[in-house]
This record gives sequence, C-alpha cells and structure tokens, in this order.
Amino acid sequence: MSDESYPDELHYHEAHDWVRVDGDTATFGITWYAQDTLGEVVFYSPPEVGDSVTKDADYGELESTKAVSGVVAPLSGEIVEVNESLDGNESAINDDPYGEGWLIKVRMSDPSEVDSLMDAAAYRELVESL
Amino acid sequence: MPETGVEPAEVPAGLRRAAPPRLPEIAEPDLVRHITELSTRTFGIDTGFYPLGSCTMKYNPRVNERAAALAGFRDLHPHQDPEGAQGALELMWRLERMLAEVVGLDAVTLQPAAGSQGELTGLTLMRAYFDDRGEDRTEIVVPDTAHGTNPASVAMAGYALVGVKTDPRGNIDVDDLRGKVGPQTAGLMLTNPSTLGLFEERITEIADIFHGAGALLYYDGANLNAVCGISRPGDMGFDVVHFNLHKTFSQPHGGGGPGGGPVAVRGMLEPFLPVPRIVRGDDGLSYDWDEPKTIGKVRGFAGPFGVFVRSYAFMRMWGPALRHMSEVAVLNANYVLARLKDAYDLPVDRLCMHEFVVSARTLRREHGVTALDVAKRLMDYGFHPPTIYFPLIVSEALMIEPTETEALETLDAFCDAMLAIAHEAAEDPQQLKDAPHTRPVRRLDEAEAAKRLTVRYLFEDHPTSE
Repeated sequence: MSDESYPDELHYHEAHDWVRVDGDTATFGITWYAQDTLGEVVFYSPPEVGDSVTKDADYGELESTKAVSGVVAPLSGEIVEVNESLDGNESAINDDPYGEGWLIKVRMSDPSEVDSLMDAAAYRELVESL
Repeated sequence: MPETGVEPAEVPAGLRRAAPPRLPEIAEPDLVRHITELSTRTFGIDTGFYPLGSCTMKYNPRVNERAAALAGFRDLHPHQDPEGAQGALELMWRLERMLAEVVGLDAVTLQPAAGSQGELTGLTLMRAYFDDRGEDRTEIVVPDTAHGTNPASVAMAGYALVGVKTDPRGNIDVDDLRGKVGPQTAGLMLTNPSTLGLFEERITEIADIFHGAGALLYYDGANLNAVCGISRPGDMGFDVVHFNLHKTFSQPHGGGGPGGGPVAVRGMLEPFLPVPRIVRGDDGLSYDWDEPKTIGKVRGFAGPFGVFVRSYAFMRMWGPALRHMSEVAVLNANYVLARLKDAYDLPVDRLCMHEFVVSARTLRREHGVTALDVAKRLMDYGFHPPTIYFPLIVSEALMIEPTETEALETLDAFCDAMLAIAHEAAEDPQQLKDAPHTRPVRRLDEAEAAKRLTVRYLFEDHPTSE
C-alpha cells in the first residue's frame, strides 16, 4: 500500500475520484482515501471504450474484501481508453492510485465541468472531516 | 427399500463417466478423524457469544429440535396427500396467523426459502398488484443504510433503484425523500429499526408520503427482533413484510441455512400470494391452487417445513410474552452500548434498538488500528467478531447485536474484551495488527482468497493418497 497523498496537479470529486486534465482528455481514477477505505481491490469491472459517462453517475464497479462500490464519473464525456493492465493486476489501484492504477480516459463533452471539482487542498480538507 | 412402483431411471450413456472419478483414498478412521478435527475448529452460537450485527444469532432452544424430530413431522413425505398431513397443515395454518398477528397484516405465505427470496417474492407481489391495476410504476426507493440484498432484489424484480440519504439523527432524510416519490414510485423498501439499530422516528410521515403517491411500503424483517409485541409494521403503514424465521424465530443459522422467509401482506395484495394457499374447509385443511391472480409457486413443496416446526415451537413457548423477548434484546443492546460508548465512536448518540453501530474511527486516526483489527483481536478473547464495515455510511463500523438470550455475565465479558482491545490499541497496536494469535490460522489474505479461491484437493501434496 502507498502512503497517503493528494497530488496538487489533480482535480477531485467528492465521491473520492481524481481527474488529470490533458487538453480535451481527462484521466479518471480513485483517490488514496478511496482505495484505503475500500481496502484491497479484488475485482474491477471496467466500462467499454466508446461508452459515454455522465458526471456524478457510476461508470464502473470496484469490489474489495469489504464491499462492492460503484465508481463515479467526476466529469462527462466519451471513453477513449480503459486501463487494460488492471485485469488480473487490480492491486495497482491500491499500490499506485494516481499512476498505474488509473481507470479510464475520457474525451470531455463539457470541459467547464472541471470548474466544479475540488483542488487538492479542498479535497484534503474534506477527507480530514470524515 | 419398500417397493416404490416407479421404474428405476438409468443415467443416459452419454452422461456416464468412462472411468471412476479421481478421489483421495484414505483409511476411513483417518477420514473420520479429519472431519472431527475440523468440527472442533468451528465456532457457533453453541460454542460462544456471537454478536454478529443484523444476523440475530440467538440461542436456539433444544426443545425446538425435539418438536421438529417428532415422527409425525420428521417422517412426513413432501408428496403426502393433505388428508394424511393434517397435523403439518394445521401447524402451517396456525403459524401463518401468528406471523400475521405479529406484524399486523392480513395474510401470509410461508413458501420463500430465506429473506432474500422473501424480498423478491414481496416485490413481485407489488408488481402484480400494480399490473392488475394497470399502473406502470418503475422505481423503488431504498435508503443508503439498507442491507445489500435490498438493491439486489429491486434490480432482480425489474425495478430501478432510487437511493435516499440518512439524516444526522440516523433517520431517513425526509426532505431528500420528498422529491423522489411520485407517480413513477412503486414503493419504499425499509428496515425498521434500520441497520444503524435506530427506530425510524418519522415512519408514519414517511408512510403518508408513499401512500399519498399511490405507492406501497415494504418492510424488511431483518430487524424484527427489536419490535415483536411492541409495535407492528402493519400499524406503521407497511403493506408487505418479510420475516427471517431463522433470525427472529430461532433456527440454527450462519452456515448457509436452512432459512425461512415468509411474506405477510395487507388484504389488497392477498389475491397475488403464491399458490398453493393453505385453506380450512368443512373437511379439514387442504391446498388451494385456484387463485387466478397468483404470482405462482416460488418454492418446492410446502416450503422449509422443519423451519416452520421450530419457529412454531419457539413462538408458542413465548406465547403472549413474546414482547418480553424484544424488550430484553433491546435492553441487552443498550447495556453493551452504554459500556462501550466512551471507548469507541458513536455515529449517532441515541438509545438503540436490538443492535447498534460504533466506529473505530478514532482508534484508526490515533493508533492506526482498524475495525478489522479489533474484530480479529476479539477472536483471541473467544468471541465471534461483530459485523464490520457495514452499514457503509459509517466509517470503520462495528455492528453489534447481543440478542435477548445472553446472560449479563457474558455481556460483561464481551464488554471487558472490547474495552481491553481499545486499551491495547493505544499501548501495543501491533498486537492487534497481528491478531488473531490463538486461532488455528492467523490473519488470512482475504484479497488473495477472493481472487484465487482454491478448493481442489492437492494430490501433488499427498502422493500416497491416490
């Protein structure tokens, strides 16, 4: 398991998802807090490339030894890539949540939605209040 | 074997094995020793205190077993004609009426095999009712504290799930609820008391919201042990209730069954109940298959009959004093809660019902000790751990249900252990991280077990056993 961290260059959704914006593409994953709370991930059911995702709605499912949990889309758009390397290597979501543990890449349909997300400082404050 | 009059059936040639199956070969006494050794490693309510929240692990009176073993019940064939099974039908007929009385509703089916099937049956009854009225309702509202079976049953019954939040007092957030109920709503699925062990304080107001929209209320009977003889779901406004006979009315359970999940309904839903119904006529009791609006049969034969005998015996033993069962269950839970509330976090500070939820949140922040560590350490003290990490809205949740059957000495011993563990968390957290220390196996790799479950006999480790 990795150490607690919330990188400054990412945007955060209250459902404990992060976004890395690169042009009109956004990479999604779950935060350190999310993976720590879930516990070790044993199964990930990814969506398919070409599916559309809607901000605040589930797009995939993560199963840990504690619970099955939906993964919430922090932004809307169309999926352009899913992280195939997680199949059989789900523990990357725990070990490296902001790197190898990324979940999907999306072409944003409304980049202005990014403004509604939290920065690292605000998200850290949220986590500390929980 | 007596003559059956039935021609023996042959396994079709294409389905027969060409060679005998590969099985381990060991001496019979070694097999018996192996199984006996394994049996000494199990933990059950008959070996120790088992406060597994929401599971109502109460003592199962031995007299229940004696009743279920009466030859007239035990040896009865499921295909016995009703004329030759009047005693069994009488027991079932009476059990239906006793259950209807407990929840304040009009009619009962005993068929469903467990709570989960009761849920599906109940939702299917609601669907049949609305179909019959020509109403197309598509949504069921479920609070975020619900048991996981509720959303699963909603999906299986073909409804869309609408979640509703919990307010700071642990009740349904009624303001969040109002905007979610309308002509599309088929009903609410609610456990009351909730999985937080709290009674829904605004239940009649909630019932009015649903009934006002033409929707129905479904009561998940998982926590019925808290309210028997005190308050009735039917009086609260619920229209459909499922029971967990194995919880509230005492069956050995926890190893996968046998369970019993009868469903009670208000009169307007009775025409849709599964067939056969048990009816009383001039010639005694019989099966009635002629119900044109029925949803059909949901389980083989008459249902889990041995379960009915035990629950009937249990309820008859309590008789009109059944209220005392629930009162003591609530008292015991509040006693344990009062002793633990300073050492663990309390998400909602209210009197609890038959169970309660505390959190190891502070232990985790200050000492890195999680609810899982506390649970594992409890095993060293000889107790079954409580339910952990549920309900999901409470972080580091420990859900504790002592039931009415435990002595004060047992409750105190458990509280002493929980307090000692909280102390250990501060003094020697590694002790908890490494727990259990005294069980046949130590900390298991649950993630690995979930990912790569191996149940095959390892011949390569036992080359002489073939």
